Amino acid sequence: MLVARRKMLLLLAGMKIRRQLFSAFAAMLGVFMAMPSAHALIEINITEGNVEPMPIALPAFAAQGTAPDMASKVSAVVEADLRRSGLLAPLDPASFIQQGMSASSMPRFGDWRTIGAQALVSGSLVAQPNGQIKAEFRLWDVFAGQQLVGQQFVTSPENWRRLAHIIADTIYERLTGERGYFDTRIVFIDESGPKDKRRKRLAIMDQDGANVRYLTDGADLVLTPRFSPVRQEVTYMSYVGGNPQVYLFNIESGQREVLGNFPGMTFAPRFSPDGQKVIMSLQQGSNANLFVMDLRSRRTTRLTNTPAIDTSPSFSPDGQRVVFESDRGGSQQLYVMNANGSNAQRISFGPGRYSTPVWSPRGDLIAFTKVHQGRFMIGVMRPDGKGERILTEGYHNEGPAWSPNGRVLVFFRDTPGASGGPQVWTVDLTGYNEQRVDTPNFASDPAWSPTLD
Amino acid sequence: MQGKMFGFEGVKRAAVVGALCVLMAACAQTRPELAGGANNIAAGTTQDFSVNVGDRIYFLNDQTSLSADAQAVLNKQAQWLKAFPSYKVTIEGHADERGTRQYNIALGARRAAATKDYLVARGVSAQRINTISYGKERPVAVCNAETCWSQNRRAVTVLTSTGS
Repeated sequence: MLVARRKMLLLLAGMKIRRQLFSAFAAMLGVFMAMPSAHALIEINITEGNVEPMPIALPAFAAQGTAPDMASKVSAVVEADLRRSGLLAPLDPASFIQQGMSASSMPRFGDWRTIGAQALVSGSLVAQPNGQIKAEFRLWDVFAGQQLVGQQFVTSPENWRRLAHIIADTIYERLTGERGYFDTRIVFIDESGPKDKRRKRLAIMDQDGANVRYLTDGADLVLTPRFSPVRQEVTYMSYVGGNPQVYLFNIESGQREVLGNFPGMTFAPRFSPDGQKVIMSLQQGSNANLFVMDLRSRRTTRLTNTPAIDTSPSFSPDGQRVVFESDRGGSQQLYVMNANGSNAQRISFGPGRYSTPVWSPRGDLIAFTKVHQGRFMIGVMRPDGKGERILTEGYHNEGPAWSPNGRVLVFFRDTPGASGGPQVWTVDLTGYNEQRVDTPNFASDPAWSPTLD
Repeated sequence: MQGKMFGFEGVKRAAVVGALCVLMAACAQTRPELAGGANNIAAGTTQDFSVNVGDRIYFLNDQTSLSADAQAVLNKQAQWLKAFPSYKVTIEGHADERGTRQYNIALGARRAAATKDYLVARGVSAQRINTISYGKERPVAVCNAETCWSQNRRAVTVLTSTGS
C-alpha cells in the first residue's frame, strides 16, 4: 500500500504503454526512505470552494549522460502541468538554497522549509545504453522530511513529453488524491481563414496544447467531435458530400465511416460510457429527435418523438440516464430521461436558455451552456437541477466538456467582430483558475480523451 | 384574384405583381413583371433569380416563422421556379452566431423546412427541393451587431441544376 515503494518501468512504444513492477530502484535508494506513515502528511484539500495552491519546489532534473536541455524540457513540462492545475504553486527556482539536486540527492529539508516549500521533487534523466532515457524522481514531504513517491520510467527520447506528463500525473495524484489528467489529449476543431469563409479541420492535441495533429484536411465542414471513452475513436459531424451526417473516425488507422443510414441530417453525437453506442440527433423536417445506435449490431433505436428540437444528448456515467436539451416547452431547457427514452423530466428552471449539457464522469454534476440577456455562461448543476453554479460568464462561452477525472472543464470562448474567433479555455470545477490552451489557430468544440492506460 | 388563391396572409404585394401575368410563360418572357427588375439580365438565368427575384429571406431572432417580406420573396421564387421547371434548388438554412452550435444546426434546418413547405404550398414540386442546414457556420456578415446577425438569420434558395 505504500506509494513510496511502487516502482514502475514504463515502456512507451508509440502510443502503447506497458507498466511493470521494478524493484531494483527501491533497494538502491531505500536508504533515503524515512519511516513511512500510515497517512499522507501533506495533502491538498480540494473539496473546499477556493483552493489555496500548495507551494512546491521543482528543481530541474539532473542530466546524466543526456543532453541538459532534454532534462530541463521534461522539468518545464512537469512544472507547467502542475501550475496549470491551479492546485499547486511551483516556487521560483531563484529562491532555491540547495543546488544541484538529482534523484540521488538527500534533501536538506531545512533549506526547503525556509523558502516555503511544502513539497519537493528531485529527479534525474539518465541516458540508457540502448538509446532510451530513464527518468528517476522522488516526491518529498518537506515538513515531515519524508519521501512520498519514488519512481522511475524508461522510454525512448521522442516520448519525452508524455514522460513528463506521466511524472506530473504521479505527483498530482499523490498530493490531491484525484486521478491525474495531464497524460491526456483533447480533440477539437481547428478554425482558420476569415470569419465568413472558415476552414474547419478535425484536430487533436495534448491537453496542454502541444503536438497538434490534423485528422481532416479542411475540405469538408466538421463539427462537435467527441472522444470514445474506451478506444482511440472520435465521433463527429461532417458535411462530406454536402450531406451532413455523424461519422466515426479511428485515430490510429485514419479510417472514417458514416454512422447509420438515416433519412436526414444526423448531428450532436456522443458515445455511451462503455463506448458501445453513439447517441445523436436526427433531423426530420422541422424536428430533431434523439436516437441511439449500437456500434456492434448497428441497430438504431428512437428515444424521443416530439415536435421539437431535442439535441445535445449525454449519458450518465452508469449509462442509465440521458441528459439533453429540448425546446419542447418553448425555449431551450435541460431534460433528464431514462436511457430507453422514458420519463423525461425538465431539470433547468433558471432565467435564460440552457443547452449543451454534459454529464460529469463522476456522475454528480451536469455542465451546460446558459444564455441569458446576451451573455453566454458555463455552469454546472446537479442531475436533479438543484445547486446551479455559474463558473464563467461573458460575451460567448460555449460547449463544456469534462476532464476524465471530473475536476476540470474545457470549453471554447468566442470573441466578437470580423477578427474575432473561438479559443479553447479550461476552468476548475470551483470556477477558479481559468486558463487558455494555446493553439496554432482559432479552436472550438474541445472534448477530452479518457485517461490513457 | 390570385391573392385569394394563395390563401396566405401577407402576400398582397406579390399578388399585385402576379396579377400582371396571365400566363407563367408570358411572365418569364416579360421578366420585369415577373421578377420586378428592369435590367439587362437574361430571364431564367441564375443571375435573374438572385437579382430580380431574390434568393434569400430573413428571420427574427430564434424564430422560424415567415414574415410578410419573406413570403413576398418566396411567392416570387415560386412563380419563377414554376416558370423554369428544369431547375432544382437546395434551400440552405442558417442561424446567427448568438446561439449554441447544435441548436443552431436544428434551427437552420427548421428555417429551411419552413421555406420548403411554403414553396411546395405555392405549387413547386417537393421533388425539386433539397434542404440543408449550416447552423451558424456560414455567416455572410461578420460585425458584432444586430445589423449583421439579422443578415445571417436566413434561408437561401440555391439553384442546383441549369435551366435550358
